[in-house]
Amino acid sequence: MPAEAPLLIVEKAKGALALAAPDPAALRQGLCPGLTLAEARARIANLVVAEHDPAADEALVERIADWCDRYTPLVARHGERGLMLDITGAAHLFQGEAALLEDLLTRLAGFGLTAHGAIAGAPATARALARGRDRVIVPPGREAEAVRPLPITALGLDAARVQALRRAGLKIVADLIDRPRAPLAARFGADCVERLERLAGIAEHPISPRRPVPAALAERIFFQPIAHQDDIAATLARLAADVASLLEARGEGGRHFEASFYRVDGAVRRIEVATARPNRAPKAIARLFHEKLDALSDPLDVGFGFDLIRLGAFRTEPFLAAQSSLEGHALDDEAVADLVDRLGARFGPERVQGFLREDTHIPERRARRVPVFAMSGNPALWQDELEPGDPPLRPLSLFDPPEPIEAMGEVPDGPPLSFRWRRVLHQVTRAEGPERIAPEWWRAGGDWPDRDYFRVEDRNGGRFWLYREGFYAADRPQPRWFLHGLFA
Amino acid sequence: MDTARTTLSALRQRIAALETTARPAPPGGALSPRATARASRIALDRDAVDAALGGGLARGALHEIHAASGADTMAASGFSLALALAAAPPGRPIVWVRQDYAAHEGGDLHADGLQALGLDPSALILVQLRDALAVLRAGGEAARCGALGAVIIEPWGEPKALDLTTQRRFSLAAEASGVTVLLLRPGARPMPGGAETRWLVRSEPAAPLAMNAPGHPTFDLTLLRHRHGPPGGPWRLEWNRDEKLFKRPALLRDPAALPRIEPAPKPAERAPFRLAG
Repeated sequence: MPAEAPLLIVEKAKGALALAAPDPAALRQGLCPGLTLAEARARIANLVVAEHDPAADEALVERIADWCDRYTPLVARHGERGLMLDITGAAHLFQGEAALLEDLLTRLAGFGLTAHGAIAGAPATARALARGRDRVIVPPGREAEAVRPLPITALGLDAARVQALRRAGLKIVADLIDRPRAPLAARFGADCVERLERLAGIAEHPISPRRPVPAALAERIFFQPIAHQDDIAATLARLAADVASLLEARGEGGRHFEASFYRVDGAVRRIEVATARPNRAPKAIARLFHEKLDALSDPLDVGFGFDLIRLGAFRTEPFLAAQSSLEGHALDDEAVADLVDRLGARFGPERVQGFLREDTHIPERRARRVPVFAMSGNPALWQDELEPGDPPLRPLSLFDPPEPIEAMGEVPDGPPLSFRWRRVLHQVTRAEGPERIAPEWWRAGGDWPDRDYFRVEDRNGGRFWLYREGFYAADRPQPRWFLHGLFA
Repeated sequence: MDTARTTLSALRQRIAALETTARPAPPGGALSPRATARASRIALDRDAVDAALGGGLARGALHEIHAASGADTMAASGFSLALALAAAPPGRPIVWVRQDYAAHEGGDLHADGLQALGLDPSALILVQLRDALAVLRAGGEAARCGALGAVIIEPWGEPKALDLTTQRRFSLAAEASGVTVLLLRPGARPMPGGAETRWLVRSEPAAPLAMNAPGHPTFDLTLLRHRHGPPGGPWRLEWNRDEKLFKRPALLRDPAALPRIEPAPKPAERAPFRLAG
């Protein structure tokens, strides 16, 4: 009996527990995926069994993918367990491709993970080579050569076509590569040829990174992990200066920045800030992060320290010395824009709002409250529709939804004589109305009854905006009254 | 004897100097030119109220506004907005920091209603926050920004964090930046504090318009406290959004003696409705 007990991950399949992922020890003893647990136990008595947890697997792969950001911002998921890193232009930062791969696999092994890796000029080539053999690095232009000895399963075709290829005596990639493409495509499908060309690095196939790629990026690697708040703040300030000079060279300013903190144990924490206008003032950027870090409900968990901190500008826009496009806007003044940024960083961008005019006469839809960050260009101007000397015809505050009230109204269409709102009876002394506001039947959800609005004042000088929904009529239900807003 | 008098006058001078200009310089250096240019007074009604305030409401200072009762909360909001409008130089945005609960109780600010009081809605930055502490923090941050026209800070109730120190901090920030800061206190009782003035606002029946229609926003104002003078009021004033001034409303009969609403005229006699919307 072997010293270590094989570990089996089992999952429920067709009412029985079956092996989902046996560990290497189990594989050596002849247990293969798909075997039922009962049979496995019959074969080997000493087993450690754990339930398959796909969500946890997925989360782990995501975390590893996050962590892989340290090598390149272009990280893509590949299949269930694969990660694809585009290290173009990044390898020299790690003293070459071989060293990078070595570093990556060693660190992953340090986390207790088994990983295989390969580097090649085409994603499909690298992926095929990463399976099985360890640490293959294909020199540029030699992809076709490198994949020749691989079995045809490396193409990733479905089982039926793999079998068909095998029956035709085509067992390894080399058997296919030298053949004319047209008969292959006719016999095994066009995608068979496409996969073959991708595998051989002939056809381009870009990867789709899982996260957006920053327009400007700066980072600091620490051989001695840093954990002190002051060090982190100082690092952010220096990174902000680096990013700012990159943006300056491009003539742009950033509107969305993200700082990533890579902890020694592999955890990655990201902090984002947004700005109302394109910004590239290092002090302002660093200050926004400072505000944000200060306001975090779950503070940055330093753990044993960060060994890499990175700052990227994700959304960039042309940076104009004078922001003329925002003329007439509340954000004209740089100082105001700065204030908006700081408040947004601390309390959340969605909490700092402006009013955007909508083309409608429905009171509750007249203005959309949008984050000031999202306002851009020339918003619709607010025209003053009141004549000089008119009293306010719309209330200062609006209830959404309108509050139901009990009202005594004059039948059929007079103003209420008295109404009860929040348990208080109000005697109406003055009223104006009705002003009819009809629903916009041409819009979705615009099928409520007509509303007749009244401006009323009570004995104590309270001014209210009430409406009656529907009419008094013999064959209709009693109309309902609502309080929609309060005047100053 | 003589020395005592000179000492006294010297002390008085020092106090006067302390109270006007000689604050410790703000972190950015001396008072900014913007701040000094605006260190003036805001005309409210060019009449009794301005006289009682010694020439108008002090710009770049903290003013506290209370509602006389729960029913007067919206009047207090309207009065605060009117003060902000009177204080804000043209083209400068107004920041209104509100606690979520205030919106829950009194409704959301309505853009058309803001405009009806004279504010261009695009000149308002609304910061709506969950708790009073955040409101005070954001308010303090805004009060330091000299590019604003005015700041309205509206926490709900009587939060512990709004103590004398916080009020003092607002005052200093307002003085340094030259921005008028209005501390609107729905659901709070007036208490001694660090504000330059403290107001009690009650909504007041407005002078009726034609057809017995409700008129302009009208307030009953009491100056509860004035740091540089005696309290005053009550005054009955209505807000004129065209001139950005408070006016004495047209003479009004005793509201209690007013007849109840007149019987609705027959449809044929009814005057055309006001054009609206």
